[in-house]
Amino acid sequence: MFLRSCHPTAGTANPPHEFLRQNRETANREAPVTTLTAVTPQTTSAERGQWRDRLALWLPQLILAPSLFVSFVYVFVFTGWTLYVSLSNSSLLPSYDYVGFEHYVSLWQNRRWNIAYTNLFIFSVLYVIGAMAIGLLLAILIDQRVRGESVWRTIYLYPLAVSFVVTGTVWSWLFNPTSGIQYFVRGLGWEDFSFSWTTNRQLAIYAIVITGIWQASGFAMALFLAGLRSVDQDLIKAAQIDGAGTARIYRRVVIPAIGPIFVAVMVVLLQFAIKTFDLAIALTNGGPGIATTFPAIYVYDLMFQRGQIAEGAAAAIMILLALAAVLVPYSLWQVWRRRRESGHV
Amino acid sequence: MSSQALTAYDPLATSGTWRRSRAKFGAYLVLGLFAAYYLLPLVVVFLNSFRSLPEIAQNGLIAFPHSFSFHAWGEAWNSYCVGGTCAGIRENFYNSLKMTIPATIISTAIGAINGYILSKWRFPGSEILFGAMTLGVFMPGQIALLPWAMILGGLGLTNTTAGLVLVHTVQGLAFTTLFCRNYYTNIPEDLIKAARIDGAGFWRIFRKIILPLSPPILIVTVIWQFTGIWNEFLYAVVFTSGRGQPITAALIALSTNGTNVRNYDVMSAAVLIAALPPLLIYFFGGRYFVRGLTQGAIK
Repeated sequence: MFLRSCHPTAGTANPPHEFLRQNRETANREAPVTTLTAVTPQTTSAERGQWRDRLALWLPQLILAPSLFVSFVYVFVFTGWTLYVSLSNSSLLPSYDYVGFEHYVSLWQNRRWNIAYTNLFIFSVLYVIGAMAIGLLLAILIDQRVRGESVWRTIYLYPLAVSFVVTGTVWSWLFNPTSGIQYFVRGLGWEDFSFSWTTNRQLAIYAIVITGIWQASGFAMALFLAGLRSVDQDLIKAAQIDGAGTARIYRRVVIPAIGPIFVAVMVVLLQFAIKTFDLAIALTNGGPGIATTFPAIYVYDLMFQRGQIAEGAAAAIMILLALAAVLVPYSLWQVWRRRRESGHV
Repeated sequence: MSSQALTAYDPLATSGTWRRSRAKFGAYLVLGLFAAYYLLPLVVVFLNSFRSLPEIAQNGLIAFPHSFSFHAWGEAWNSYCVGGTCAGIRENFYNSLKMTIPATIISTAIGAINGYILSKWRFPGSEILFGAMTLGVFMPGQIALLPWAMILGGLGLTNTTAGLVLVHTVQGLAFTTLFCRNYYTNIPEDLIKAARIDGAGFWRIFRKIILPLSPPILIVTVIWQFTGIWNEFLYAVVFTSGRGQPITAALIALSTNGTNVRNYDVMSAAVLIAALPPLLIYFFGGRYFVRGLTQGAIK
């Protein structure tokens, strides 16, 4: 949907960008609302016919109702429930005595929570920038019509099929000073080479950043590549005729044209970052000590290891707020763009 | 490829031959370096799963293999000890299958019907309801942990695969409905109208028109759900324990086993076993995988 301002390319028949076209069409066309009266065969008994008509009329809603109910409970009741628990005096077991915001106060005074959101901040910034930079670089290089494009793409994207747990576990071995990269480089003859980030309080967070980028940059690459290919070829040809070089064309024509993709990729990556849990558990288990605690780990720990349910719930609400802080402006921006465009058309 | 090359724009063709070949070389160099960065973990794990433990201990993880055996695979599957029981990760692998397959099928089936209703049988307010439903896509798992823990406890489903199937089905509904609804919106309205004039009802239209057009989106949805549920860790580790754990949770239990000696050979095999189903799907259904990824991400 965010691609609507991109210039649609003639003949985007290649599989990789089929979805772009699809999305564009979805966004463009508001399918007319169909009437609900289904044509039912005439029956001899008027009463029975009426009953069947009515059933047919309400059938879609009836079928949809359970899913709607479940989704409603999942989204709103669960959120409300957790919110309420965060305002109660629950400890090991939930209780429903209202105590107000005291758990939020103690949460923000907690040193470990302080570490958790500082980590989240550092991680988010580096992870998003790193994954986007590498993703864009790879997308541009692949866009030079290199040989074996699908092979490169397959290699860069496969980490996304692998779970955070597997990723974190394997990288923790590579970061392990006594068996991984440090051991390998020392074996090559560089005796005082040091690469032991995961055992260093200050550096462990950057090990998680590297691993996170390893997993997500292929995703950024895929989206950027699809975007690059959707840029109007005439625009590029015009720039070429004007004598612009490759670098200049990318800087001045192509990248500005895919601006909305940058925002979309950033929003998705930020979502991943805010939910970071498995990766840190598998890679450092929040350590050394508590150095790589993340908000999601904090929630898990308080709720299920320490029996401080209310404060854990308060932390979970903070995660929800962080997500909302990213997603609400993004959706408003989307709505605004759609309005503006339909105004122009 | 070659016919395309004649018409498509080649950014590097703007400069001279020498510069062009140099730039091409640079491009391949960078691509190759990054490919090494991406492949390193996979290659290391793969090779170590066939090496012997003494050899790994002596030469480190990143080394050319001098031994070869399937021993580690057998041990990881059948007899490796996790938390007191020595039955390998076989059972955890089966748990993951028993959780992932039903949850994928149920959530996809319901999502398809929901998508059909929300695109072809719209009613006043249906767009708003759809919007509210898709909020589920953004819900962080942490918000749902406590309610789920209590509901699963109340239903007696704690530490069961059925409980995880329920959790993942409900959570997946938002995604599957979104995917299918957006896809079905593109099916021409005239097709449905014509069928209705011919007397076809709700289910008949679904069976005769919608379903035959659905394979692409159903494949995307199934792949998305399968990989997502298989790889999920938070719910797995919170709601199950011991032999009831899916493989992601078991893997963490395995690697934080407490013993000082790391059995890298067996662990490598276990990691590969855990990663294999999604990887196979990725390598064989890559096109659909990517499509789901981009659709799921963009929304």
